[in-house]
Formats: sequence, structure tokens, C-alpha cells
Amino acid sequence: MRLRYPGSIRIVRVPCTGKVDIIHILRAFEKGADGVYVVGCMEGDCRFNRGNLRARKRVEEARRILEIIGIEGDRVRMFNLSSGEGPKFAQYAVEMTEKIQSLGPNPIRAKARRKAA
Amino acid sequence: MSADVSTNTPSKLEKILRAGHLAVTSECGPPRGSDSAAILKKAEMIKDHVDAINITDNQTSVTRLCSLASCIHLKLAGYEPVLQMVVRDRNRIALQSDLLGAASFDINNVLCLSGDHQAFGDNPQGQNVFDLDSMQLIQTVRLMRDDGKFLGGDEIKRPPRMFVGAAANPFADPFEIRVPRLAKKIAAGAEFIQTQCIYNLDKFKEWMKQARDRGLHEKVFILAGLTPFKSAGMAKYMKNRVPGMDVPDEVVKRMSGVPKEKQPEEGIKICIESIQRLKEVEGVKGFHIMAIEWEEKVPRIVEEAGLYPRPQA
Amino acid sequence: MIVAERKPIEEIIEEAKGFDRILVAGCNECVTVCEAGGKKEVGVLASALRMYFMNQGREVKVDEVTLERQCDHEYLEEIRNIIDNYDAVISLACGVGVQFMAEKYFHKPILPGVNTVFMGATEERGVWSERCQGCGKCILAKTGGICPVSRCAKRLFNGPCGGSSQGKCEISDELPCAWQLIVDRLKELGRLDEYEEIMPIKDWSTDRAGGPRKVVREDVRQ
Repeated sequence: MRLRYPGSIRIVRVPCTGKVDIIHILRAFEKGADGVYVVGCMEGDCRFNRGNLRARKRVEEARRILEIIGIEGDRVRMFNLSSGEGPKFAQYAVEMTEKIQSLGPNPIRAKARRKAA
Repeated sequence: MSADVSTNTPSKLEKILRAGHLAVTSECGPPRGSDSAAILKKAEMIKDHVDAINITDNQTSVTRLCSLASCIHLKLAGYEPVLQMVVRDRNRIALQSDLLGAASFDINNVLCLSGDHQAFGDNPQGQNVFDLDSMQLIQTVRLMRDDGKFLGGDEIKRPPRMFVGAAANPFADPFEIRVPRLAKKIAAGAEFIQTQCIYNLDKFKEWMKQARDRGLHEKVFILAGLTPFKSAGMAKYMKNRVPGMDVPDEVVKRMSGVPKEKQPEEGIKICIESIQRLKEVEGVKGFHIMAIEWEEKVPRIVEEAGLYPRPQA
Repeated sequence: MIVAERKPIEEIIEEAKGFDRILVAGCNECVTVCEAGGKKEVGVLASALRMYFMNQGREVKVDEVTLERQCDHEYLEEIRNIIDNYDAVISLACGVGVQFMAEKYFHKPILPGVNTVFMGATEERGVWSERCQGCGKCILAKTGGICPVSRCAKRLFNGPCGGSSQGKCEISDELPCAWQLIVDRLKELGRLDEYEEIMPIKDWSTDRAGGPRKVVREDVRQ
């Protein structure tokens, strides 16, 4: 299909979104990511039954923690699609990128840079 | 009344029951303030129509003028109070101390209760005590009265002389232990029982039958509890919201079936009819009419239920 | 196990914000099982704190360690060599661990990172419920193996109260009535007749009421 999606996105493959933990999401922000989104299978279609549902809850928890420490919760999000939906994958990538661009850079990275300068 | 009825205490309520009369008690809730006139006014309304007046002890865990002081006001005015005591707020030291305090005013009746959980009241964040349970409070009063001893074993000078009561809820769960539980309270030393409000007469009769099968009706005076509905809304509330309350659908239907302005009248009618039916139940020795903030209706209920005039004791 | 809950991060920040070097210390025992203060929770809290301080433009060192147990001298000794690299420790152990660490490292502020709630069991992942209050005189043999002290809202020894309805406690539809459970179990064991024995007045002197408690066993003592 040769679909295009924004080049600013770095993909981390996991066997199932159920493998993604809150700490992985937080570490990504700590290391300077501007946003994190988790793309899982359609709800109800998890090969491991509940992996994507667990992921969603963890994404919500990560969002809650980020809000508390002063980072916009909208920087983290969960999407669901089926394996045949390449165009949707690209569409979500664009959607997320636009959202992050509207929010600007990760505030802690911005501050660290200011400090270094 | 003949003078040769033998009683354990100077309680007027006990005398009337032991003489074989159907007793009538009622209850008054103390005010949420320190005006004793509020409690006396309620008592005044019913004094000629009841044998004794229960004073609730911070019912539903809402802070009020204390039961003991209210009972003292009643006693000083010449009425017969029943001191309700819950074990929620006081440990064994305070309970025994308050019993002596009551006895010093010759308050001769006590009703031993667990008390609603504080989560229902105005101080849900408070600590609860439950050092004793209601069963053990019954035992404590009997120990103090009959053996003249404190729980610690020391002797009491001028022990309390109280007629000891307990509550029973024939409708709470699990039903299979409702009668064993009554037996347990009797074994602990309860001499009279005031039941939860009765709306499901069939279930109450079943409970009484089981109690009679064990001869419990001869070991304790059972006063059937009644609360007249003021409205269909109250009936629904009691049915759905009050734990351990059994209000059958047909009773709610009957209340809802009359126009709003006639509902209070219907509630009183239901109450009077219930008393008349309960009089026929073997083992019922009296009635405990809890007209919540509706004390003025008690005289009429007592009169129309054929329980007036009250015997002299 | 001892069951604890994570403290709100806001509250931890409030207590810890005055320090520049912080050690977040987890415990591998109960609080790991109840997912409140194990290695994982240490990682999440430490990461959140680092980001919080960065966001405030402050350079605060937040390091992580998880001890085997915080209620034993031996394991607490493991941080003796590093503790002075920090201005304060946030301990994610239960209240016992926090205090034991504070006793050992008398000069160091030790802040609690969890609220210790009760002694209980894992009903299912993410759900823990109370089973014991450590009253010091176990009566489970008499109550069908169900504890009225920890499981009845009024800790009635001769329950149930009049508020028991359809197996539930008067304070919540979600809370089973302990005395319904006791009656059900006595029935199952064919011992319902024992229900009528009046349980005697409890000696609470072995409970918290008797003051802080201590167990000494001379035969194993060194």
C-alpha cells in the first residue's frame, strides 16, 4: 500500500499491547518523547483475551499520573485497529502527530534544554 | 392492679406485663439541641396512653441530646422512661457508669441495642466502640442488677434495678437464626422484647410460631413494634432504603392507592388494623408504637385499637 | 499479607519537595503482592517524581532501590552504605517498614509512600480485602472460620445485628454480612446449634486497646 505516516514517530514493537506497562510510557516521556500512543488490536479481538483492555487501563493510569505532575494527559493515547487496517494506522499516526504538534514539545525536555543553554 | 404480682424490679412496665395486661410503649427521639421542653412536650402528648416511653439513643447515629438526660427529664416529670442504650459509642466503663447514673434517678427500664453504624449519621468519620455487643450488654445489666456486681467483679453499692429489654428483628436475614437469636437474647437475660416495625404480618406470625414452638413466648414479654406510615413515599422509603425492614408490596400499594391528602389517615388505619390482628397472635404481650415525629397520633391509635384506658400500676 | 494502597502522588510531592536527593525504597514482600510498593511501583513513582522536578526546573536526584524486606535488620542494612547520598527516603513499605527504617537511620527523614490499610488476602488481581485485625486472641474456631472482629462493621461477637439484609451489611450492598457468612459456614459444617452459645465478653487487652504489643519467644531468642 506504501502508505505514508509522519517520520517523527518511532515504533516500538511489542508482542501484545498487554505487555506495555505504565513505566514504559513514563520512561518514554522522561527520556524526552513528546507523546506516546499505543496501538492495539480491536477490543474483543485480543489473541490473549484481555491484553488490549489491560493496555487501555494502563494508558489511562499513565495519563492520570502525567496530569498530576504537570504534563498534558492528551500526550498519551490508546488506539485500536485490526491488522488489515493499514490506512487507519497511518490516519491515527497523523491524528496523534497533529495533536502533539498543537501541544508543543514535552515540557520537561523544553526545560532541560533551557537549563543546558 | 393486685399488689401480689411478683416482680424483679420496681418497673411499672414490668408490673403491667406481669399482671397480664397488654402493655403499650412508645418512643420519643430527643432534640438536636439542649432544650428539654422538646422532649417533655412529646412525652406530654402520649403520657396517658402508654405505660412507658422509650428514649432513643442517638438513633441513626445522628448526634442528639443524650438518652440518659432525656430519661431523667421524663422521670422528674413523673413519667416512666425506657433508657435505650447502644453499644456503639461507649465502652464497658461508660456503659456501667451510665447505668448507675440512670439507676440513681430510679430509671427502671433499659433497652439494650447495638446501634446503627455511624456511617449513617452526622459523624461518619468517627470511631466506633463496640466493646460489648447488645447481647453482652444485656448480660451486664443482669449481672449488675441480680448479682450486684460490676463486670470487674467488685460489689455495687445500691445496684440498679432495671427491667431489661432487647430488640428483635423478625425480618432481618438470615431468617433461620431469627428465633435462635431471640432465644439467645433471652438466655442472656432479656425480660422484654420490642420488635422491629411489623408490616409483614404473615412473616411475623411465622416467627412467633417458631418462638412458641420453643416456648420462648413464656420466657419473655414480646411487644410488637409498629410505625404508622405518614405517606406512600415513607412506605416506599422504608421498603427500599431501611436495612432489615420488610414492607410487603400490598401495603405500599394500599398507601399509594389513596390520594396524597388521605395517606396519613390510611397509614393510621393500617397501624390500628395491624394491632387488632396482632392481638390475636398468641405470645404478643403488648405493643411498641414508634410514631416517628408523629407522637400526637399515638393517643388515637391506642384508643381506636382498643388499648385505652391504660391499667393503673 | 499486609495490604497497602499507593499514596496520591500529590501528597508525596508535598512531603518530598524540599529535598534535592531522594531515594525511593520498595519492599519485596506484602506491598509487592498488593501492588502498592514493589519494584514496579518504585519505578513508576520515581519516574513521576523525576519528571515533576524537571518540569519545575529543579535538578533533583531520585534513585530507586527495592529491599527484600524492610521489617528486618539484615535487609535494611543493605542501604547503610548509600543512605547518606540522600537527603530523604520515600519508603513504599508498610507502616512497619517505614518505622523500622526510621529507627535504624535515626538521622534521616523517612517518608511514607503508601497508606497501610489492613491484613488481608487477594480476592482477585487488583482486589484485596480484610481478614484479620490482630486482636491477639483468635476465636475463628468458634465462628466457622470467619472473623467477626475484622469482617463485621460492628465487630459483634453475637451477631448479626438487625441491619443484615440479603446477606449484606447495613453499611454497604457490596459488603457481605460477616454473620451471614458465619451462619452459612456453621450450617455447612453441621454446627449451627453452636450459634446459640453466647460468646463471652471479649478481653480486648490483647488488642490495640492494651497498648503496643510485643511477642517474645524465649526458646528461639538469642
